[in-house]
Amino acid sequence: MAVSVDEAVSPGPVRDHRPPGRRSTGRGRVVIEVAVLAVLAAVMLFPVLWMIETSIKENRDVYAIPAKFFDFTVTLDHFKDVFVASDGGPTTLSGAFLNSVIVAGVSTVLATVLGVPAAWAYSRFSVKAKKDQLFFILSTRFMPPVVVVIPIFLMYRQVGLFDTKLGLILIYTAFNVPFTIWMMKGFVDEVPAEYEDAAMLDGYTRLQAFWKFTLPLLLPGIAATAVFALIFSWNEFVFAIFLTSSDAVRTAPPAIAGLIGGTTVDWGLVAAASIVFALPVLVFSYLVRKHLVAGVTLGAVRR
Amino acid sequence: MAGIEVTTLHKRYPDGTVAVEHVDLSIGDGELFVMLGPSGCGKTTTLRAIAGLERQTSGDIRIGDTLVNDLSPGERDIAMVFQFYALYPHLRTRDNLAFPLRAEGLPKAEVEERVAEAARLMRLDPLLDRRPHRLSGGEQQRVALARALVRRPRAFLMDEPLTNLDAELRADMRTEIKHLQGELGTTMVYVTHDQVEAMSLGHRIAILNKGRVEQIGTPLEVYDRPASLFCAAFIGSPPMNLIEVELADGKLRSKSGLALTPPPNLPRDRSLIAGVRPEALEVTEPGAEGSVPGRVVSAEWLGDEIIYVVDHGDQRDVRVRMPLNVRFAADAPVGLRHTGGPPPVYDASTEELVA
Repeated sequence: MAVSVDEAVSPGPVRDHRPPGRRSTGRGRVVIEVAVLAVLAAVMLFPVLWMIETSIKENRDVYAIPAKFFDFTVTLDHFKDVFVASDGGPTTLSGAFLNSVIVAGVSTVLATVLGVPAAWAYSRFSVKAKKDQLFFILSTRFMPPVVVVIPIFLMYRQVGLFDTKLGLILIYTAFNVPFTIWMMKGFVDEVPAEYEDAAMLDGYTRLQAFWKFTLPLLLPGIAATAVFALIFSWNEFVFAIFLTSSDAVRTAPPAIAGLIGGTTVDWGLVAAASIVFALPVLVFSYLVRKHLVAGVTLGAVRR
Repeated sequence: MAGIEVTTLHKRYPDGTVAVEHVDLSIGDGELFVMLGPSGCGKTTTLRAIAGLERQTSGDIRIGDTLVNDLSPGERDIAMVFQFYALYPHLRTRDNLAFPLRAEGLPKAEVEERVAEAARLMRLDPLLDRRPHRLSGGEQQRVALARALVRRPRAFLMDEPLTNLDAELRADMRTEIKHLQGELGTTMVYVTHDQVEAMSLGHRIAILNKGRVEQIGTPLEVYDRPASLFCAAFIGSPPMNLIEVELADGKLRSKSGLALTPPPNLPRDRSLIAGVRPEALEVTEPGAEGSVPGRVVSAEWLGDEIIYVVDHGDQRDVRVRMPLNVRFAADAPVGLRHTGGPPPVYDASTEELVA
């Protein structure tokens, strides 16, 4: 998730430093700044660039020594291979992408549906030991997934959730609900409670007041929070690889990882699959980039 | 229209905070009743309980003859104006005003008629097509008042409606609210922490402290005879001078020798504190008849009057309100004497009025 945030946020500052209109400093300084940033950007972006190149090279160019940077033949075969099998049917990779869409989508919807009303309640009502409850909710995110994956694996095997999409959906929802509650509570705190009070005096019930007046004002916050949750579920690898075994259930991250490890590795296919996998998140992050930054500074920091 | 009865109200939140300890109020039909107190005294919670936005832990609330404990805010037939005006941000003024009426399901013609009437009363006609973010603070508050008016409720509840306005506008709106309430004759419960607002608006004032009612009375009663040391220190600017006194040869005397006329029926054998208004004291030339020697610590020039802070050898300095034509320099030796009638006297241990 952290990677995606960087991708969403970092283009801003880089661009902002570029205009040479900074009167107080000399022109030489601007040149140095731009040069340093350009070098940094090249270093940071090289793996991405290389992935893109690999995905459109023919196999013999992929393995060429010395490596070919520019003079290779462009092909889109690898992208075709991601979706279409040699017999013309859909590949297991395309199935994995579909699984990812289902698992990430459903878990995000669930986390939002559960988390937003909870955040509203924590923001609006006097609850016994509210701070302790909120801390407990947050504490479920203290441990990295890899620490809890073994006990969860054992539990899932007992209750029949192992190697099911439902199992993945539930665990991602469980991880996203605390995040949703904390981030949304910040947004709800920003919406004055008086709107609901006024609506209740006008004859609405509390839930109607929430639905008609508070919820519309929360939509940008909900969008930002949902995208964060979506990115987490979409990128998640540890649970996905431990809690699934069959191609019918496996999501994209472990499926792509599974491409590496045979006697020969089809790097072109790996790169193409990775690009297809990264694209939705990049597009989403770009679309909601304003809200993401607002969410980081407003929702997550405030309590 | 209706009076409001609040009996043994108690509110305790689930987290253990007690917002209202014990409140009894009897608000008359058509009365402008002010609840005054420092923040955290329970005045807003009491108001919200009357509105139905909070459910009291125990106690009864009646509006008119109806016991409203179990009625939702919408069923209580009241309107409320908030400190933060709570105009619906996506609606134009016209629709904000019409909103509660449409929610009630009134016919369109009547909605329009009532909106027009409220707009005329609050002089909102030029603002009817604007959204809240294009209105100034004062305009928003007028719209909020108008939105309360259109409902023709049995009572208005006002939760510090003027706090967010600047001083000049606040004075104007105060006059406007008082005038409006007088014209409509609707019961109004008005919560504020501003004593000037309370004094100038209220038919009666309830002073609340720590979830209890300290005193209920007309502005004059509250000013002249505060019921407790808390009220004495809260009302008036500058507040009453609280002077430790003893009864000796027919006079109340402070440690410095300042003599006050005692009220009748003063209990004996108790340590007493007299509450002396700044205007009931006088700064004189040193050695004037009946004065004790003192020294001017500071003088605040307020334009129409001067507030002298005088050290007269007591633990606490006293504040004295004097007209402009009497001028003493800081540090000047002066005399101090009492000019008013018998002051209210308090028991130092119970902090309550004894005579």
